[in-house]
Amino acid sequence: MPKDHGIGASSKRREDVRFLTGAGNYTDDINVHGQAYVHFLRSDAAHGTISNLDTSEAARMPGVVRIFTGADFEGVGGLPCGWQVTDRHGEVMKEPAHPVLAQGKVRHVGEIIAAVVADTLEQARDAAEAIVVDIDELPAVVDMKAALEEGATRVHDDLADNLCYDWGFVEENKGAVEEAIANAAHVTTLELVNNRLVANPMEPRVAVGDFERGTGNSTLYTTSQNPHVIRLLMGAFVLGIPEHKLRVVAPDVGGGFGTKIFHYAEEAFCTFAAKALNRAVKWTSTRSEAFMSDAHGRDHVTRIELALDADNNFVAVRTETLANMGAYLSTFAPSVPTWLHGTLMAGNYKTPNIYVNVKAVFTNTVPVDAYRGAGRPEATFQLERVIDKAARELGVDPVELRRQNFITEFPYATPVAVEYDTGDYHATMDKMLELLDRDGFAARRKESEAKGKLRGLGINCFIEACGIAPSNLVGQLGARAGLYESATVRVNATGGLVVMTGSHSHGQGHETSFPQVISEMIGIPEDQVEIVHGDTANTPMGMGTYGSRSLAVGGSAMVRAAEKIINKTKKIAAHLLEAAEADIELKDGTFSVAGTDKSVAWGDVCLAAYVPHNYPLEDIEPGLEETAFYDPSNFTYPAGAYACEVEVDPETGHVSIERFISADDFGNVVNPMIVEGQVHGGIAQGIGQALLENCVYDENGQLVSASYMDYAMPRADDLPHMASYTVDHSCQTPCTHNPLGVKGCGEAGAIGSPPTVINAILDALHSGGHKVDHIDMPATPARVWAAINGQ
Amino acid sequence: MTKVTMSVNGKSVSGEVAGNTLLVDFLRQDLRLTGTHVGCDTSQCGACVVHVNGEAVKSCTMFAAEAEGAEVATIEGQAAADGTLNTLQQAFQDYHGLQCGFCTPGMVMSAAALLKENPQPSEAEVRDYLEGNICRCTGYHNIVRAIMAASGQQVPAVAAE
Repeated sequence: MPKDHGIGASSKRREDVRFLTGAGNYTDDINVHGQAYVHFLRSDAAHGTISNLDTSEAARMPGVVRIFTGADFEGVGGLPCGWQVTDRHGEVMKEPAHPVLAQGKVRHVGEIIAAVVADTLEQARDAAEAIVVDIDELPAVVDMKAALEEGATRVHDDLADNLCYDWGFVEENKGAVEEAIANAAHVTTLELVNNRLVANPMEPRVAVGDFERGTGNSTLYTTSQNPHVIRLLMGAFVLGIPEHKLRVVAPDVGGGFGTKIFHYAEEAFCTFAAKALNRAVKWTSTRSEAFMSDAHGRDHVTRIELALDADNNFVAVRTETLANMGAYLSTFAPSVPTWLHGTLMAGNYKTPNIYVNVKAVFTNTVPVDAYRGAGRPEATFQLERVIDKAARELGVDPVELRRQNFITEFPYATPVAVEYDTGDYHATMDKMLELLDRDGFAARRKESEAKGKLRGLGINCFIEACGIAPSNLVGQLGARAGLYESATVRVNATGGLVVMTGSHSHGQGHETSFPQVISEMIGIPEDQVEIVHGDTANTPMGMGTYGSRSLAVGGSAMVRAAEKIINKTKKIAAHLLEAAEADIELKDGTFSVAGTDKSVAWGDVCLAAYVPHNYPLEDIEPGLEETAFYDPSNFTYPAGAYACEVEVDPETGHVSIERFISADDFGNVVNPMIVEGQVHGGIAQGIGQALLENCVYDENGQLVSASYMDYAMPRADDLPHMASYTVDHSCQTPCTHNPLGVKGCGEAGAIGSPPTVINAILDALHSGGHKVDHIDMPATPARVWAAINGQ
Repeated sequence: MTKVTMSVNGKSVSGEVAGNTLLVDFLRQDLRLTGTHVGCDTSQCGACVVHVNGEAVKSCTMFAAEAEGAEVATIEGQAAADGTLNTLQQAFQDYHGLQCGFCTPGMVMSAAALLKENPQPSEAEVRDYLEGNICRCTGYHNIVRAIMAASGQQVPAVAAE
């Protein structure tokens, strides 16, 4: 019998009601009395020196309040980077200044040159057209290999070259890896591209800056996954506003996928301008602006070698990656190709020797940072692609090759610095194969062939490091922040309860799943629990939501705070029942004395805490409010096995997904319905990366794919149909180190699906006699057709 | 500026608009009906879909003045007066057809228009009809389930283990 409440129940989402009735409160729905509007004049050149910037005529246009340029921001801090990578020579990364408004030079299309604040948005736009700006264009640095060549144009004049860092991991392993590869029975090599993507949450970014003259307090309403992080970064490093004078609110946020983690120039501008003008200033991004100002994702060029012994055991992995940073370092950009990528290169396998080299490169493109999966999709893609290629070269079953190399004993310390606490990779593989009906594949292939199509089966395994992360570990790795999470549990006098969490929900359903946990712990109905998030004024300092960390870290903080509450209420109950505290049991919202019929209801105990007439005041304080900060002792390691069957039309190169199976191990699951929804979404983004999406710059640094007419977002008919699509999470090895045993599920689909799809396409092509080693993503009809036809 | 009068969710409203004021801006800014969203500037995402005289329309692609005298329906008018969700809205909740909620108003309004013209669409027809509505969260799977369930067809239940 499925549970109807608490942990494990598919409770319906309470937030849905407001979203389904148009009663959501997104940032663009917020208007502050008397607000002005800002329009940003953005560079249409990828690289150049601003030789003339004349705003005088524009400033006289109707409704213009003030026009800001880089000169107004000379004394203002630049946008900070939250992670410092140390390279293989012990040098810290190059960290160029990242101005809020361009300082004499533009370095990517979309960089802000001037900001026009006017009474209406139309007036601001019109005035921006009257600004005279001359840019002496410089050669654009676009291609990463060319960017690293001797004599290449430099993106930053004050840096010696375009290399941000040259990272080796683990540097001490390098020699052993070289030796293992030299002595291997077989080495498979693959060069591949992990295509540049744009996260594209459906809600474009918005910022409303407000300033209250009477108190000197600033408020920023912004589309953020982590309002406390924005408050800290913007307050301390950019604008010099102490945190107690700055409130950041991220209300309903329409999707994030990583790109709303970062601190952006526009939100700093609106906060700055509101204070300067003593008037609220609002900015709403257009989609076109989003393409050229939201941080992009992925964009790696990689060469990987997999070495095997004569028995097909993996003996070494060596990989070299060029990672695009764009023109400036976005908030967490340096960590993505390094600590979120190199540490995952063991995958699910007991490869003893691993060496990862990453060169991060500056180019005249939009900054690149974390996008759903962040580093882990890039690691999985190269590893699982090279394993598939090796299986084909060796003539062995790709399932068996993976199985024989699986890690089976836990905890397992990889050669790339992480320790997997638990997992069962055979179990997810078994489950995937069962759901796939692999034995029936030959018949399905025949049916496809009868229609003139090539059918392929691709499989893939993956591991992620989620629930980021232990602060002391990430600190050693270069993080300039802690990565704990917080929760305050406030019990009201009548027994209802409010959880104020540092996690942030922008589609994940925390308002539903977090109360399920509390309900399970205390035994009160879920609707007695309210979740408050997204406002620095009424939540404890927390690091926000990304890296599949909300339940694993934020949920754990909530559990710790609730445990403190339960401990205190038991003391109160013991007093009221005149019993020993050790004998008090809490079940279904009632405290009872073990072995007796004496009991007191949860609500009565809560009331006693606030009306402490009969209360042990000498021992405990009145009131019921507790805060906990939870800093995990390790990452969590969700893992899974995915399968995909495609049909390829050899005449056109068109690929259709005919079957898709995921078998994930997320540890314990609080709300299966929400978990499956997260996997559906991740898989859609992964299939999008594999077949459709590509962010393209031309050789001049012009962003060619800057709208939904040019950037192919997955539509409903691009994705597998119901009858051929199963997402499973029944394999559960609970996380061993957090109180809920949860691992996180938000990124799995985006990590697991791209190599699955590409492996399937190549299997299809080989079945038709086309000996194609690799197709870069997205596998568009043109690319697949060219591969079939040897072009 | 011209005066426009129209019926929105059964209520007569009027306002002064410029000739180039979009219907979506009139709804969001003038009427403060902020349930209708704007997700792109090329008429592709469908977050702004409303009904004008019973037809699904992208309200970012129509001037407010063009809706003079029209019957406009938005997401705010779909539930009953007591707040009870209509069949389609309820199916979106039951089948987890939304996550961040931003595309949802447009999805619901598009789906309502689909079911009006095709009361029992096949899965392929639903997917085809949603060409003009982009969702980035759900992968559409549960949206399709919700729409088919709302049309009275059997679809697999949501996870319940």
